[in-house]
Amino acid sequence: MDYETVIGLEVHAQLLTASKMFCSCPNQFGDKPNTNICPVCTGQPGVLPVTNKKAVELAIKTALALNCTVEPSSVFARKHYFYPDLPKNLQISQYELPLATKGHLEIEVDGVKRKIGITRVHLEEDAGKLVHQGAARIMGADSSLVDYNRTGTPLMEIVSEPDLRSPREAAVYTETLANLLRYLAVTDAKMEEGSLRCDANISLRPKGEAKFGTKTEVKNINSFRAIEKALLAEEKRHEEVLSEGGKITQETRFFDDVTETTTGMRGKEYAHDYRYFPEPDLVPVEPPRTWVAEIKATIGELPWQRKARFVGLSVAGEAAQLLVNDKPLADFLDAAVKLGAKAPTVANWLIGDITAYCKENKKELAGLNFPPAELAELLTLIEKGTLSNKIAKEVLFTALQTGKPVKEIVAASGMTQISDEGELLKIAQEVVKSNPKQVEQYKGGKEAVMMFLVGQMMKATKGRANPEAATRLLKQALG
Amino acid sequence: MHTKTAHELHELLVNKKISSVELTTALYDRIAGTDDKIKGYVTLTRDEALKQAQAADERLTTGANPTPLTGIPIAIKDNFCTRGIKTTCSSKMLENYLPPYDATVVTKLKEAGAVILGKTNMDEFAMGSSCENSAFFPTRNPWNRECVPGGSSGGSAAVVAARSAVMATGSDTGGSIRQPAAFCGVVGLKPTYGRVSRYGLVAFASSLDQIGPLTKDVTDTALMLNVIAGHDDRDATSIEHPVPDYRSALKNDVKKVRVGLIRELLGSGIEPTVKAAVKGAADQLAALGAEIVEVSLPSFEHAIATYYLIAPAEASSNLARYDGVKFGHRSQEHRDLISMYYNTRREGFGAEVKRRIMLGTYALSAGYYDAFYLKALKVRTLIKRDFDQAFERCDLLASPTTPTVAFKLGAKSADPVAMYLSDIATIPVNLAGLPALSLPCGNSSGLPIGLQLIGPAFAEELILRVAYTYEQNTAWHQTSAVI
Amino acid sequence: MRIDVDHVARLARLGLTEAEKKLFADQLAAILDLAASLQKLDTETVPPTAHAIPMKNVLREDKASPCTDVEAIMANGPVIEDHMFKVPRIIEG
Ligand SMILES: [Mg+2]
Ligand SMILES: [Zn+2]
Repeated sequence: MDYETVIGLEVHAQLLTASKMFCSCPNQFGDKPNTNICPVCTGQPGVLPVTNKKAVELAIKTALALNCTVEPSSVFARKHYFYPDLPKNLQISQYELPLATKGHLEIEVDGVKRKIGITRVHLEEDAGKLVHQGAARIMGADSSLVDYNRTGTPLMEIVSEPDLRSPREAAVYTETLANLLRYLAVTDAKMEEGSLRCDANISLRPKGEAKFGTKTEVKNINSFRAIEKALLAEEKRHEEVLSEGGKITQETRFFDDVTETTTGMRGKEYAHDYRYFPEPDLVPVEPPRTWVAEIKATIGELPWQRKARFVGLSVAGEAAQLLVNDKPLADFLDAAVKLGAKAPTVANWLIGDITAYCKENKKELAGLNFPPAELAELLTLIEKGTLSNKIAKEVLFTALQTGKPVKEIVAASGMTQISDEGELLKIAQEVVKSNPKQVEQYKGGKEAVMMFLVGQMMKATKGRANPEAATRLLKQALG
Repeated sequence: MHTKTAHELHELLVNKKISSVELTTALYDRIAGTDDKIKGYVTLTRDEALKQAQAADERLTTGANPTPLTGIPIAIKDNFCTRGIKTTCSSKMLENYLPPYDATVVTKLKEAGAVILGKTNMDEFAMGSSCENSAFFPTRNPWNRECVPGGSSGGSAAVVAARSAVMATGSDTGGSIRQPAAFCGVVGLKPTYGRVSRYGLVAFASSLDQIGPLTKDVTDTALMLNVIAGHDDRDATSIEHPVPDYRSALKNDVKKVRVGLIRELLGSGIEPTVKAAVKGAADQLAALGAEIVEVSLPSFEHAIATYYLIAPAEASSNLARYDGVKFGHRSQEHRDLISMYYNTRREGFGAEVKRRIMLGTYALSAGYYDAFYLKALKVRTLIKRDFDQAFERCDLLASPTTPTVAFKLGAKSADPVAMYLSDIATIPVNLAGLPALSLPCGNSSGLPIGLQLIGPAFAEELILRVAYTYEQNTAWHQTSAVI
Repeated sequence: MRIDVDHVARLARLGLTEAEKKLFADQLAAILDLAASLQKLDTETVPPTAHAIPMKNVLREDKASPCTDVEAIMANGPVIEDHMFKVPRIIEG
């Protein structure tokens, strides 16, 4: 039987605020365990939460960019479950009345555009971290240690509709969303560091069937790469179970990055009953329209708008997409264009040699001392004919490696093109003289031989000849 | 010295007739002489108190802005967090808990210069009406030690009545200030919800809890309210409403004030002597110029059921944090995390707390939320509407604070429903978030009777004025227990 | 009205003795009978009251302040190791 895959995603993003969600501890962690804690975020008896305004602002900003309706009234609720990383044994989240609902995100998968529904955007607090002892993983650990530094970090949860139809779409959705969040500067969206987390609900149904199949929830997806892998593994498992006439059990499964399989929790699993109820220590959030409008005004150019603008600057669609997906590259392009460089040329260099260099050397463009002005300079030198393309690449490589200014590199190396036509003509005459056979072929009508002759000129000048001038002068030397 | 009120002692302190160190020492002497019998305190903080008294004396001498509470020895209910001083909530769970911070109210009282004598006994986690639910020992009623002092602020009410503290703090979720005030013959005020910051009050039922004073007379209540009222950035439910000088509200004048007697609280469930005392108080107010009318609040009959769904639900949530991981008791018996949770909570909580956790967990659980918790929130609206309508006709409402005078120890401990029903007059007030005060208005077989005055939100001034007028024209506040 | 005491106790992570279970089953039944009286009230159009004094938009400016109570917090930990709170094995043994 043919099956259709149905996927919905819950993405959690840590928000870039100065303080935590409900207390004034700094929103940072990775320091010594339990140093970034206070009575409130460790759930001491008697403490009360007070909502961080900036977190609400960032979530509203996101909601607006996702075309959601910001709800006139939203309410925090308590979600109960006992776990040592949750000091109160409850998480303050939003339930019946979230901050925003009903939006969508457009994604493009292999050239096909799809609108993915956004069910809701809401705010909650993060849990702490557990360090398991005695074995690497929770399953075998004899005991665990709890660090509350991360507890109370503002989290924004973005829930999609079950609109995704393949693991690949799920991966593209998450990357598109993460990129949007980076553009909005609401989170740094690093999956490997846990500032963006993704839980996936997946089910299969016979093609053509309207009713959803039984779903499982896949957790522990710790990188963008892992999303597709985890869901492919779970999709395959569902398909095997179903095609053998078996039934899927609704459960939470953990993805193992090494074996690339998912496993269910061992041991008794208590049925979840979160016993949500309105958080009595907090009052409703009813964002005034003027505030929402102010927040809306802070939304800058969004990735898809930027792509359209790049295409308008004659950057090829695919190149524009690649650049927009990597915000620092796109920012680089804008800066270089502002300095007079031509967008398509900048795009080529960025996507080509510069990206290749960064990948090879495992470096970020921002970490190199190569500001947009340097690329603009390089491109001007090419345009003026001072540098050949080939030499320019060498100059670029040196600049990326040493961090020295382009001008300095060019001056020191004497790698500028030979612009003295008298000198070039002499070399052309030399080439003609020492390649009589090819000259004969050319004169016999084999025009392609010209390429060989130009190559010889380049060889003789160590690439410093302008190819156009070389061709012209060779023709002159040939009579 | 120990028999005097705070405002009387303030005169003596500023006129250098006594020092705060002398006063504090005198109160510890009084405690030594009475507390074995009353058992009002769970922790005494003598060293700290004497330092505070010394600082207060300096402040009084140098004239560095002394307040009416500077140098006044007070007691703090043991569910207020006090930095570095045990805060047990009279529970085994928190037997050795040392809070890392002070409750906002404690900070305010300290800043005002009050001297903290110690922490008072209570029903465990403020759940109870008799102080018998303390994990340590029951507190006894100073008027009759066979009887309970009421609860949950039973320790605070008893030490004020025993004159072993000048005044005390309490917390009131369903009557926990007013009911023990009535049973012990002192004044107790539950302010409007949001009037006083709850930050640092160990939560029982967050939407109902409110902090207030227990004092010897109405003037002292106004003085403490002056210190503790006001908005707090740390409590999102504390209200930014101006804080008047409550003492200047104390005028001997009730002319034209319309006081509504609540019909439902003068019916068959109320002890005749209590009924008679409250009617007598109403007559007295009428004689002083108030207009007395009778009002009906029909939804009152549902208040107890409503309360015993909402309060346990919130409590079951608030008490989830006591799990042996971060603070408090941890069971030594465990083979894994979940057995540690079970055993810690089995050993750490007493029967009433467990009962309410069970009830509240049930009311919130899947399949029962709508029928119980949500239903209770809707009935809460009906009760609130009844009050709103009554306040269209009256300025204040009056009722007995309790249906009976203090009962004997053990009389109701086997029957939780009977115990719950004794809060019939106080519970509706918490559900509606209103201010209410209990003050002595009579005596039955040597036990005090309390009159409850209920006002609309933020009507503390009017409540205090009417209470003050009644007090000035009667002598109940001048009688005290003999120990 | 009877409740499933074992289930509720499990949700609340509350260890109860057999005697307590029996007692609570009876007492909770009595309390829930009292609560059942609410069912006869028509509240179809009545909104719930979660807060008696309605308020909204109480928000805190996003300012961080240093953590000064750390050691007082740690000092209450029943079992501390490497400046962390130690718990027994999480997977049931
Ligand atoms: Mg969530
Ligand atoms: Zn904190």
